[in-house]
Amino acid sequence: MKRSTFSLKRASKHGGLIALVILLLFNILVTPNFFQLQTLSVNISQVATIAIVAMGMTLVIATGGIDLSVGAVMALSGALAPLIFGSQFGIDYPVLGLIAALCIPMIVAMLCGWFNGAIVAYIGVQPIIATLILFISGRGIAQVLTNGNLQTFQNPAFSYLGTGKILGLPFQGWLALAIAAILALVISRTTFGRYLLAVGGNERAASLSGGPVRKVKIGAYIICSALAGLAGLIVVAINSASDAARNGELMELDAIAAAVVGGALLQGGRAPVFGAILGAVIIQLVKYTLLANGIEDEYALIAKALIILAAVYLQMGRRGKHA
Amino acid sequence: MLLSMSGIVKNFGGVPAVSNTTLELQAGEVHALIGQNGAGKSTLIKVLTGIYERDSGEVLFEDSPCNFQSPGEAQVGGIATIYQELNLVPLRSVTENVMMGYEPKRFGCFIDWNEAHKRTRDILARFDIDIDVTEQLGKFSTAIQQLVAIARAVSLEARLVIMDEPTSSLDASEIETLFGVVRDLRSSGVTVLYVSHFLEELYEICDRVTVMRDGQSVAVHEIQNKSKLELIGDMLGRDADEIEKEGMTQLGHGFVDTGELLLEAVNISTGQRLKNFNLSLHRGEIVGLGGLLGAGRTEAARALFGIDPLITGKLRVSNQDWTPLSPREAIEKGFAFLTEDRKVEGIIPDMSVRENLTLALLPVLSRGGQIDRAREKEIVQKYISDLGIKTAGMEQPIRELSGGNQQKVLLARWLITNPAILILDEPTRGVDVGAKREIQLIIRDLVEKGVGVILISSEFEEIVEGANRIIVLHEGESVTELTNPGITETALINALAHGHVGAA
Repeated sequence: MKRSTFSLKRASKHGGLIALVILLLFNILVTPNFFQLQTLSVNISQVATIAIVAMGMTLVIATGGIDLSVGAVMALSGALAPLIFGSQFGIDYPVLGLIAALCIPMIVAMLCGWFNGAIVAYIGVQPIIATLILFISGRGIAQVLTNGNLQTFQNPAFSYLGTGKILGLPFQGWLALAIAAILALVISRTTFGRYLLAVGGNERAASLSGGPVRKVKIGAYIICSALAGLAGLIVVAINSASDAARNGELMELDAIAAAVVGGALLQGGRAPVFGAILGAVIIQLVKYTLLANGIEDEYALIAKALIILAAVYLQMGRRGKHA
Repeated sequence: MLLSMSGIVKNFGGVPAVSNTTLELQAGEVHALIGQNGAGKSTLIKVLTGIYERDSGEVLFEDSPCNFQSPGEAQVGGIATIYQELNLVPLRSVTENVMMGYEPKRFGCFIDWNEAHKRTRDILARFDIDIDVTEQLGKFSTAIQQLVAIARAVSLEARLVIMDEPTSSLDASEIETLFGVVRDLRSSGVTVLYVSHFLEELYEICDRVTVMRDGQSVAVHEIQNKSKLELIGDMLGRDADEIEKEGMTQLGHGFVDTGELLLEAVNISTGQRLKNFNLSLHRGEIVGLGGLLGAGRTEAARALFGIDPLITGKLRVSNQDWTPLSPREAIEKGFAFLTEDRKVEGIIPDMSVRENLTLALLPVLSRGGQIDRAREKEIVQKYISDLGIKTAGMEQPIRELSGGNQQKVLLARWLITNPAILILDEPTRGVDVGAKREIQLIIRDLVEKGVGVILISSEFEEIVEGANRIIVLHEGESVTELTNPGITETALINALAHGHVGAA
């Protein structure tokens, strides 16, 4: 047992990168037209939203929590934006309307995060139950706001979020990288980041050392929801349409899967944000590989499950003694 | 002879938890098992009931060798254990709890509830318990739940019932009921192994007592022939007559005059475990808290540090009233608290030595939320070399360090906050002799610089030699105060024992 634990430990350290390299090599050799800018763009624009949400999820998981409401928050913020820039105010003052259409949904998303965090930190409800509240009601509110209709729009400035390109690659891909860089700095350089890992690593010790445990937890949920809100805006911008029923559907599962594949420990104490991006990319690439080679979507779901299984198995090794 | 365990050895990671231990129980006796925390009592019980596998040794139950692999097997074999934390299901009915796994069946698959309720009532009637067996178990008092657990054990025809601290959450009348049941068990030929920290209880119901210390059984007595003082002496490994050794620790170096009053606690209480606690602490003074396990020493520290809210009483810090509301506020007020359980309340195992060391200092080390990493490294480096912390580097995860070095890191976590009042709960437990000496020297050094120290230690020589005064606690109350010079271990043991007697 000890020996296998040790080799697992090493595999888990580089497992994600190895999987990525294998996937890339496989696709270059097998998948037609893989090595093209067009393919890259498509994949990046699809993976960016998952990656952005997964990074927020990683922070929440680092505190030992989980956030099931991210998909619903995406729907909510996505539903709000067209309502704002499509309103009379938005038409009369297009610049102010655009700013409001970006800011107000984000603020609402952050309020959702505050709500989740407060229930977890102050009332002590288990995170999976606490975030179930908005998981259920958030999408409902979004559908009420839009009367359950698909809302299409024409707003090139707003659509830049989802269709813009920098150096030929999708804007949201760059955005995801920028967010990762900022979060990585926050985690390694700030007291918030240090307390975040401390709370997840040993909540009692963190609290006894004067750590603001509740504030840190609430902060993690706020960041997670804010990123979900942003992802919701991006999805709406890509489609030039907001569909409250579909926006962010099953995103919570993709985000958790990406975070776990990226090396987050569900019991807390680790916040690998670049790992979350890596996890999202791996899941996306597997999905794409299977689709591009004519294998049906159902099998892609099974493949996704297998990846998660492999990631969790590798984590058992990482945990060492407890396994 | 009902049970005979001999030469039992159980190591954890090379460290012996139990070594060469013997336990012999007669049929139909109530046998007490006592010892300090960490003496190996629960390990021994877990070896017996199949939770741990023994490394060596022999167990004879009813004259045949046995080696249970799980508590379930032990129960089938006739050994039932009633744990401190009851292993019952509070949300299910009394009947379900008593019958679990042995439900009477109709047609081999449907539970015959009428029969089940009837059997449960019959079983409980033996213990004079008359309750609605269809109610949820959790609705009844802890005592009733405990009795239900015992009833279940007896209904499974246990010949040996092990009770681990059965009275710790019971009130006086509930304890009487429990004792009645224990006596009934004895008269019906069932053997009871009774683990308890409350010595006077033992005189009421136990026949014999086995004392454990440092993982070994050190004495077996007919309990009526021994005084509490002698039992305490056995538990601590001291002979009441031959104590008074000088210079066993690094703490005693004569006593300087102490400075102004730092802290005063007047009649504070936080609930059952701490009621009516008084303390005063001056600059440059070590005040020891004496008491047996469960006397309220750690609870006193928790109250001072703002972990458990005060129900009554008041605190004065530097002559100003102050109500501690959180550890964070206590830290800002100059408190530091080195906790007893390093693993559970101290280290953050996956974090580095550096991150663990500066955890309590982060508010000071940061500006606008950003950590000053250069200054952090400088401070950590200084303390690693000052305290002689043996580590591969400040980035090494703390879990890889030895116990003594982890403890030094945690001590450093508090030293860097420059505390005025330092609370130390078992600062040298589980560290090797060398590290212990060094930690004691560090404490001595702090006191000379004017820090006020509140010291909790189960090592008597540490507080006897180190403390200027010792406040003796008993059942959550401060009952006596001893003043150095002049404190001897005998005096302290007497105070502890008399505290015990006084409240009986």
